[in-house]
Amino acid sequence: MAAVEIRDVRKSFGGTPILHGIDLDIADGEFCVLVGPSGCGKSTLLRMIAGLENISGGEIAIGGKVVNNVPPKDRDIAMVFQNYALYPHMTVRENMAFSLRLAKAPKAVVEAETSRASRILGLDTLLDRYPRQLSGGQRQRVAMGRAIVRHPQVFLFDEPLSNLDAKLRVQMRGEIKDLHQRLRTTTVYVTHDQIEAMTMADKIVVMQGGRVEQIGTPLELYDHPANLFVAGFIGSPAMNLLRGQVQGGGFRLPGTSPTSDIVFPLPEPVADGKPAVYGIRPEHLRLSDSGIPVTIQLVEPTGSETMVTARLGNATLVGAFRERVSAKVGDTLRIMPDPALAHLFSEETGMRLTS
Amino acid sequence: MSEVTTAEVPWSPKRAAPGAIARLLDSKPVLIFLCLLPAVGLLLTFLTYPLGLGIWLAFTDTHVGRGGIFVGLENFESLWYDNVFWGAVFYTVFYTTVATVLKFGLGLWLALLLNENVPLKSLIRAIILMPWIVPTVLSAITFWWIYDAQFSIISYVLVDVLGWRTTYIDFLGTPWHARWSLIAANVWRGIPFVAISLLAGLQTISPSLYEAALLDGASSWQRFRKITAPLLMPILAVVLTFSVLFTFTDFQLVYAITRGGPINSTHLMATLAFQRGIPGGQLGEGAAIAVSMIPFLIFATLFSYFALARRKWQQGDDNE
Repeated sequence: MAAVEIRDVRKSFGGTPILHGIDLDIADGEFCVLVGPSGCGKSTLLRMIAGLENISGGEIAIGGKVVNNVPPKDRDIAMVFQNYALYPHMTVRENMAFSLRLAKAPKAVVEAETSRASRILGLDTLLDRYPRQLSGGQRQRVAMGRAIVRHPQVFLFDEPLSNLDAKLRVQMRGEIKDLHQRLRTTTVYVTHDQIEAMTMADKIVVMQGGRVEQIGTPLELYDHPANLFVAGFIGSPAMNLLRGQVQGGGFRLPGTSPTSDIVFPLPEPVADGKPAVYGIRPEHLRLSDSGIPVTIQLVEPTGSETMVTARLGNATLVGAFRERVSAKVGDTLRIMPDPALAHLFSEETGMRLTS
Repeated sequence: MSEVTTAEVPWSPKRAAPGAIARLLDSKPVLIFLCLLPAVGLLLTFLTYPLGLGIWLAFTDTHVGRGGIFVGLENFESLWYDNVFWGAVFYTVFYTTVATVLKFGLGLWLALLLNENVPLKSLIRAIILMPWIVPTVLSAITFWWIYDAQFSIISYVLVDVLGWRTTYIDFLGTPWHARWSLIAANVWRGIPFVAISLLAGLQTISPSLYEAALLDGASSWQRFRKITAPLLMPILAVVLTFSVLFTFTDFQLVYAITRGGPINSTHLMATLAFQRGIPGGQLGEGAAIAVSMIPFLIFATLFSYFALARRKWQQGDDNE
């Protein structure tokens, strides 16, 4: 097991910069998730840790040793690919034993390690099957088995769940997390799904356009997004972001007419004047008779809660309420944001203004 | 504005009772027969009939211009004591074996090179196909010129440019020189087919398998032996079978360059059959030589049948 340190790592493909200097510390035994929209460079960064892409600038160290010029096989890492990359002409047993066989491990060790891995992953009955004969979830497990037989210092996962259906994805999410808790191996996990990131990570790295937007624990990112991008990316349904101005200690949202501006209270005093973006999560809106009147556009009951999309001036607002909402489309609903849980961002820089 | 009324006049499309021809064409057996007719007709006319006629002629003493009578195995008996025939059998097997080994060695090597990221890849691929596109007889004439006793460019380079030899090589005048020269020409023509087919096979192997193997600690030789070779085997078997069949039945190249000479040393079974049957007029004997190729071809086909039988890892339901 080992820590991974990434120092000002840069990558360009044929002159086009992809990563613009990434700094990241992953502690020993930590489960770190790289998350971001497609094309943000997260997979490239993972492949650079693996040694499948060379490093254009900066340093990557695994277990305190700089690995920039260490070939992949000597980095002591294991990777689970998006398409699993199982060898189709080998059985489950041979797939898992492949790396040990190449390392000329004694037969007894190979036998012991593959049976240990198959026991951990519940693959005992499938050892003589070929990858073709397995279901998606089973293939996923074999790919993990192939990784754990080697006791690597670091596990790398490249969007491992994106080929599975929704139900299996939730199940495998749990299994991967459980595996990490048992083995305590440093893990770097790439996904574009913020729910996966939130549920699995010890530490989330939100990336966009080849830059790190924010690093933190899942709840830090949820409670204190550092900028507009993280605010909009983390959380489902997404945070409501309203454009307006700070005035007289409150946030003023322009209404449909000059006299109908709506003022939201802010959690703390902020200097007047600058254009700003007010953020409030759908679940931090309450129904209240003294609240702000909004016009309902869409009501989506999910059973456990009701999602309401409504119009407020020129803006659209989404609310998630624990109560059942009996109002219909076109009706007026009165809602109240929880001022303590509101966020305020500069419209100019996108950075957070409230603490 | 008057109200729009709908469906006041009930209307339904007219359905005429189907005619006799329509009913006939709707019957499944008739339809199957009609659909199969062109294909079966072509196969019977151009494949089964000539093959059957060839086999029949092999058991007769037919000459060109004179119908023959059934003579049983007489043609085969005389071939059994015919040294020229056995020479042709030897050279056909030798030619096929050596040329196939060389074509596969070089073709696979070329395919592996082209599967890497080389600059101008598509241009190189197009150039590689050239020997295959050129008509056989045209390339045969080119080789004839290259192998000419007096004007050979190879002799010119070796003698006049490099000075490694003092005499010109008589490529087509001595038996073994001629045999190897023809094999070289056949290999040159055959490489593109092998290289392009194997390249197609290589491209079906997912790059992530190589990355996984790289992380598993495989060297490049191990990646070739443990990943590329087994995954390429199914397509390799198909290409090998076709290549063996085409080489074994080769005719054009040899007939255009040496016509079987010198002293019958480069006769393939196909060229000898033609030589005896058409210019020689002995249709029965020529057919007998051609029929003797059948066991070899059946053996090659059976080989492909068993080698092509789906491997165990390809079987089973695809769960995706």
